[in-house]
Amino acid sequence: MKPDRLLDLPAHSDLEESLKICRQVVQDVEFPTVRKWREGGGKVVGHFQVYFPEELAHAAGLLPVKVRGGAVERREADSHFGSYICSILQSSLELALTERLVIDLFVTHAICDAARNLAGIWARNLPQPARILYFPQNPNSSHALDYLEGEYRAVLEEIEEIAGRRVTDQELRRSMAVFNRNRQLLAELYAIKRDEPWLIAADEAYALVAIGGLIQRDEHNELLERLLPQIRMREAHAQDKMRVVFEGGFCEQPPLDLLQAISEFCYVVDDDLLIGLRWIIDDVPLEGPPLRNLADAYLNNSSYSPVQHDLRKPKEEMLLERIRGSDAEAAIISAAKMCEPGLDEQVAYSQELEQKGIPYFETEFEEKMTSFTHLQIQLETFVENVLFAWPSDEDARPLLVTKGGQW
Amino acid sequence: MTELKAAASGVHGRGADEGRRLFQEWFADLTSAAERGEKAAYVFVMGSLVELLRCFDFNIVFPEINSLQTAVRKVSDDYLNLAEDHGFSPDVCGYVKADYAVQLRNGDHPMGRIPPPGLSVLTNACSTYVKWAEIWGRMYQDPVFTMDVPGSRVPVPLIGPNGAHTEVADAVRTIGDSARFEADRTYVEGQIRELIGVCEQVSGVSFDIDRCREVLRLTNQMGRAWRALLELNRNSPAPFDAMLEGTIYLGVANALRGTEEGARYFEDLVEEMEARVAAGMGPHGSGGESHRLVFVGVPCYPIFRRFYELFSEWGGTFATSTYTWFASGGLNLDFEYDLDRPIESLAEGVLRGVIEATDSLMFPDRALLQAIDDYDVEGVVYHPVKSCRTVSTGLAASRRVVLEARDVAALYIESDMMDKRVVSEAQLKNRIDAFFEGLQSRKLRKNRSAAAES
Ligand code: SF4
Ligand code: SF4
Repeated sequence: MKPDRLLDLPAHSDLEESLKICRQVVQDVEFPTVRKWREGGGKVVGHFQVYFPEELAHAAGLLPVKVRGGAVERREADSHFGSYICSILQSSLELALTERLVIDLFVTHAICDAARNLAGIWARNLPQPARILYFPQNPNSSHALDYLEGEYRAVLEEIEEIAGRRVTDQELRRSMAVFNRNRQLLAELYAIKRDEPWLIAADEAYALVAIGGLIQRDEHNELLERLLPQIRMREAHAQDKMRVVFEGGFCEQPPLDLLQAISEFCYVVDDDLLIGLRWIIDDVPLEGPPLRNLADAYLNNSSYSPVQHDLRKPKEEMLLERIRGSDAEAAIISAAKMCEPGLDEQVAYSQELEQKGIPYFETEFEEKMTSFTHLQIQLETFVENVLFAWPSDEDARPLLVTKGGQW
Repeated sequence: MTELKAAASGVHGRGADEGRRLFQEWFADLTSAAERGEKAAYVFVMGSLVELLRCFDFNIVFPEINSLQTAVRKVSDDYLNLAEDHGFSPDVCGYVKADYAVQLRNGDHPMGRIPPPGLSVLTNACSTYVKWAEIWGRMYQDPVFTMDVPGSRVPVPLIGPNGAHTEVADAVRTIGDSARFEADRTYVEGQIRELIGVCEQVSGVSFDIDRCREVLRLTNQMGRAWRALLELNRNSPAPFDAMLEGTIYLGVANALRGTEEGARYFEDLVEEMEARVAAGMGPHGSGGESHRLVFVGVPCYPIFRRFYELFSEWGGTFATSTYTWFASGGLNLDFEYDLDRPIESLAEGVLRGVIEATDSLMFPDRALLQAIDDYDVEGVVYHPVKSCRTVSTGLAASRRVVLEARDVAALYIESDMMDKRVVSEAQLKNRIDAFFEGLQSRKLRKNRSAAAES
């Protein structure tokens, strides 16, 4: 019997306790929610970063799980890779090889060449099927929509095979409604971050978003519906912290402690952390062909990331929009170590910010890092420089850049 | 035999000299174009669409070739440092960085001057191509056309978990699935037709299907010669070293595909190699070869000649190299453009080329096991590089499979194809020497047990 609830929250747990539990579960490399689901006979679709139309798995009664690595010691995965590979790939494989995360269908994407090749390594070493969902890298072509709809249909057929049944359009629409609601709630959470950032720290907000990738989205909706009003009621006051945008968390995830360290000096008013869960910006229409609507939303109603190429969305301009939209004073431009797309984009972002005279803090991170003292010192200095050495006259402002480098 | 040797020495080195000349001419043409203030169409080796670009009189630039030339000419450090001064990480693809520095230096390159892009055309065969072209888009606001070419969706390894062999491997790849393949081909064809519109707009030249047919015919001609060339290396001794000479030939093949000179060059080269085979001459002259090897990955350009010598001094010859497959823009495949349906067929060629390249990067062992048998090699040399995850990610896993499936020795050495800072010649030499010592004792053991049996 598949459980209705995957997250073991005590009845009537308050905001603080709920956040604490979410934080623990998000960091738990034993994946208790996924385990519980499987113990109840449920099947799992594991999708690697960045975006996946989770509605397809949900509609078939499977649990879509976001595969985003984890801070796990790598004993088995190391020998499958060379030296110059980001951590998320290695830890994701480690989680699967050690059966901490058991997945019935693994889907990766050609977001980068390393992730594409992960499908091969996965298929070679794990008995469950693996497949690549190729999102169109030419979304500007008039053929992209038909193509992507076709891909979604093929993925749905594989999901149906795992589920052992067909999925109707009606079921798809029901799931789309659940995910539409979920994105609305996440947008509300981000509105709080933007408008009253003192009410929720970056690491807390992250845990609340990330838990959605580990439980059914209906349950996530209920959780958010219960907690968002409590966040708004929280007793907290604005402090003199700098408003920043954190960029660079689209694939490999920084440790929660790193976000906490940033929160000590800054309000993270917007970010691209787990952007895949918030990829689609507005509701996907429920009338009309569901797969086509989902494909259309991916192409034409979506956010941006370094791994999606779209001539309509120059990424540096999108970043500026994010900074302006959240009224941020500065940006933290980060990239995961060894991440080719992230590191390439970091150059474009920093050049644009330099040109526009927006202060930024540039750095690299790794999911397995544990010490943040160095970061805190550098960040504190950066914040002081911006807050105290920043002339009020816009034209007189010097360029302000801090290269954090290795933390 | 002496006569054959004389005949072979008459043509010996012709391919190398002629290749050098053609390359110099090509760069001289680019330099003149840059000096006249002209722009160029930039295109890549995997999923190359150069045939289409030739129909519009563009100057053609292959940025990957320019970048590797900076390393071969031992100046890549200057270029990499300049790019890193502008914010690039030491850990990203060195080709991108070297080219970025070429652009910053107004096209200044050790072989001449490179015109800036007026149009960039790429496929997603390598995801870094996409990031790379975005850089030009920012620098020059040139039109960027990314041809989306989906690869195989379901990766089925030749040897799966627990050593289970998968006989149906080909059937589930896109190549073996006719409905999936046709859908993808149509998708690519649609984009090619869109690209034609972009090319017409940028160049002001109207598309001429007969001209396209002629260019494709010349690529067909070159492809036949290219495959014959690779095939000739199944002889022992192999007439050329696939890692050293193969890479030079690969450069010419990419740069000149779809041209008269390119097609002729490879036909002459085949003639030269046939003469070498007839005379029993290998790349090391007539001394034969002690060890036949296969090379996997991208060569170490900062010490290219020395890298080759580290193997050749032990009598090691690379009979084949995966580089000559995945970076040949599909020339290695048994495929010819159908000149009655040029655009449809070009779409098929691009799709086949990209799928084969990406599949062989994901599962290098599939093609490798075949090559080990076909080329009768005793050792596999893996050379993953820091710069290129496209080529390098799957190699450690492939090594495990190959060693399980065949009685061969394997050497796994990491360095880079651009960045001298991660190339330690002494360390490479130690590992390579130990590898050959191992190969020699394997041979001795085998000979001894064969003698004991008889
Ligand atoms: S972190 Fe970067 S390199 Fe690693 S899988 Fe993600 S996009 Fe690819
Ligand atoms: S990552 Fe590899 S294949 Fe891609 S451009 Fe760089 S060297 Fe070429």
